Formats: sequence, structure tokens, C-alpha cells
Amino acid sequence: MSEGHDGEHVHPESGEELSVYARRAQAIEALMVEKGVCSTSEVDQMMNMVESRSPSDGAKVVAHAWSDPEFKARLLADPRSALTEIGYSLPDTTPHLAVVENTEQVHHMVVCTLCSCYPRALLGRPPDWYKSFAYRSRAVVDPRGVMREFGLELADSVEVQVLDSTADLRYLVLPRRPAGTENLSEAELAKLVSRDCMIGVTDPHVPEGVAAS
Amino acid sequence: MPKPHDMGGEPNDEPIDQSDHQKMDWEMRADALHQVLGQKGIRRTDEMRRAMESLDPDLYRSLSYYERWTAALELLMVEKGYLTSDEIDRKVTQLDQGAN
Repeated sequence: MSEGHDGEHVHPESGEELSVYARRAQAIEALMVEKGVCSTSEVDQMMNMVESRSPSDGAKVVAHAWSDPEFKARLLADPRSALTEIGYSLPDTTPHLAVVENTEQVHHMVVCTLCSCYPRALLGRPPDWYKSFAYRSRAVVDPRGVMREFGLELADSVEVQVLDSTADLRYLVLPRRPAGTENLSEAELAKLVSRDCMIGVTDPHVPEGVAAS
Repeated sequence: MPKPHDMGGEPNDEPIDQSDHQKMDWEMRADALHQVLGQKGIRRTDEMRRAMESLDPDLYRSLSYYERWTAALELLMVEKGYLTSDEIDRKVTQLDQGAN
């Protein structure tokens, strides 16, 4: 089976011709602008906003939840209003967001088997692998095998819950706070929180010398 | 018979390719256009999914991610009466000529 993941139909920006669909995308935008449905500057502004979002936003939220148990409880119960408290106001059109906590007993891993739904407001655009046919197919039948590829070997005693996203509901994983990080500041904690551990395919990685022994 | 998008649990023994490709300009613009139309209530995610899921299975599997989005957006915008495929064809020709 050929896999049409991102990266296969790559054409240089100039010099060579763009693909049929790239040209149709440009034509659709030009027509929508001509018809007054939207403006070029709206698209430009949106592009800048999309670019400005990154997993460091999610990492700050996680670090704050690790540092403030009451905030964590509110974040798990009602993510939208908890996020507003710390300055992240999700647009009204943002789908429902659920935050799920990894514990000693349960590990969550997020997939969108049908396409690519993802908590873009907190993590930016999804990585290519999240949209790949291999991940979409395998995540729900072999989550432990997938996690192993990302370097995480979970104990058999830990229950794995795979969450399949939908158009209306997105998930952010709140990873377990690593041992030995009690003395770290929120900013230092945030550096330990990778994009992939907020998707749940791995756990936060603590570099040597950072954690107190 | 599941449609092509419904691939959860499908046999697949490929390793996950964790590399990320640099987004091209047209991909970033297509992404942004989708979000703008979403904010205006012209295109909803569930509608896009339905349009994408109606693509021919071979086409679905052969297109890259933003190519799929584009094919689906065209379907949806034509269906909703914002655009016609002829119009898009003509605009593509016009843009090609302008670029040369």
C-alpha cells in the first residue's frame, strides 16, 4: 500500500511547477477573495496566527498544572475556563477540548484514526506522523508497539487508553510529572514537556543532571 | 465496507516515520484559508470530513494531506454554491498564464 503522507508530493516553490492540487488551492483562494467571501489579509493573518502556535503553549499549561494542584483540578474538569484564567482564550469555533491525566495506573495516547483532529490551539499544527496512515492504523491495535518506537516502554501493569479524536472533541494529555523535579520552576518544568508526551506517545524526558537525586 | 479514511485497526506493519516536512507556502495558505472559512461558518470540520471521506479510495490514498484538504474543499464549495469547478479551471489557467 502506498502511503500518501505529507512529504511525498513535494515540489520546490519556484522553478518547477506546483502540483495540480496546489494550483487549485491557489485558484480557490483567489476566487474566494474576488467574490468577497474573505480577504487576502485575513488569510495572511490567520497564517501568522497558525505559525505562532506551538507545543510550547501546551507545555506551559502542563507545567502550571504540575505546579498548582487546584489549577490542575480545574483544567481537568473544565479546560476552557481554566485556560482562560492563564490567558489562553480559545476561539468560539474551537472544538471541545478534553484534558486527560496520565497516572501510575493509566496511560492515555491520542490518535485521530479518521483524519487529523488535534488540539491545535495548544500544540500548533499536528506533526506529519500524526497524520500518517501507519499511525492512524496502528495506534488503536498496537499502542504499546507504537510507544516503543517513540522510546517508551510501559510496564504491563499500566493500563493503556487510546483516545480517538473527532471533529468536535480534541484531547490533550497531561503527562506524569517526572520524579526528582520537585525543585524545578514552572519555566524549567515546561522545558521537559515535549509535544509527543502531550499526545501520549511518550513520557517527559528529564536530561541528566536536571532532576534532584 | 469501510470507506478509505476509516483506517483505525487496519493491518499495517510500517514503522512510524517521525520526520516532519517543511510546509510549503501553498500548504500554509491552504491551511489558513480553511481556518478563515471555518471562523466565518462557511466550512465546518464535520462537513470537510464528510467531503474528504467521499473521495475515491485510490485518490484518497494517493494524495498528500493538503492535497486531500484541497480536493475536499473544492467539493464542498461547489456543493454549497460558492464556486463551480469550471471557474476554478479557468482561474488555474489564468494564474498559470500570469506566472509565465
